[in-house]
Amino acid sequence: MLMRPTATLAALFFVSTSPLALAAEKPTDPQIAHIAYTAGTIDIEAAKLAIKKSKNKEVVDFAKDMERDHEAVNKQALDLVKKLKVTPEDNDTSKALAKAAKEERAKLAKLKGAAFDKAYIDNEVAYHKQVDGALETLLIPSASNAELKSLLETGLKIFQGHEQHAEHVAGMLK
Amino acid sequence: MRPLLLAPMLATVLIASPALAATIEVTIDKLVFSPASVQAKIGDTIEWTNQDILAHTATVKGGWDVMIPAKSKGKVTLKAAGTVDYFCRFHPNMKGRVEVTP
Ligand SMILES: [Cu+2]
Repeated sequence: MLMRPTATLAALFFVSTSPLALAAEKPTDPQIAHIAYTAGTIDIEAAKLAIKKSKNKEVVDFAKDMERDHEAVNKQALDLVKKLKVTPEDNDTSKALAKAAKEERAKLAKLKGAAFDKAYIDNEVAYHKQVDGALETLLIPSASNAELKSLLETGLKIFQGHEQHAEHVAGMLK
Repeated sequence: MRPLLLAPMLATVLIASPALAATIEVTIDKLVFSPASVQAKIGDTIEWTNQDILAHTATVKGGWDVMIPAKSKGKVTLKAAGTVDYFCRFHPNMKGRVEVTP
């Protein structure tokens, strides 16, 4: 009986502090571009930290995959916004994402060895899940430019793939 | 008499010739293998053309593992009969199948 209220509270806390849940209004294309780019950059920075800190080959390989994929996608996103003459616009969702990521990196920076590996991979699973949800329910439906929408749809498949990849690595760490 | 003997011999040579081995093309676009399922014979080659800006793999658990770099190609020559499901190690939501007959 004691467990139940605690679990409920934890769930509420998670939902209410989830940065992507903060976007109450439909974002504009310049804001969507900024959010998508920020989401990629966050994962690249986490990957760089893991490449530097981890001694586990599976974890380092995974981090390199994340860095390579997200750099490629972000480059494509930049090319697209240039072509569309859209200037990515900073917004509350991007700011909240960046703030949460900074806190997560500070947390990870204090860990080492197996504890770091587990925390990094668990966060990768949770982070990709969160971005998948935002792409599906908010960013893709809100995008008005067809090319931007298409890039986000491919981005969703990539993030879903990474989530499964992260889950696989998490399974190997156990 | 000679020409009659030659005909079946020629046929045997043609059947055994490796020139009959086919190359089956699979395209990768936006994280999708297409066609998702192909049929092949032992000795045939599957060639993947990757149109994405991302590297992918075609990997069979306990079997072949083909790297397919971004905007590039990868291939495998089939050595055993049977149906195999493959996936991409980097994006395990990418799935394909090859049915190999003798
Ligand atoms: Cu892939």
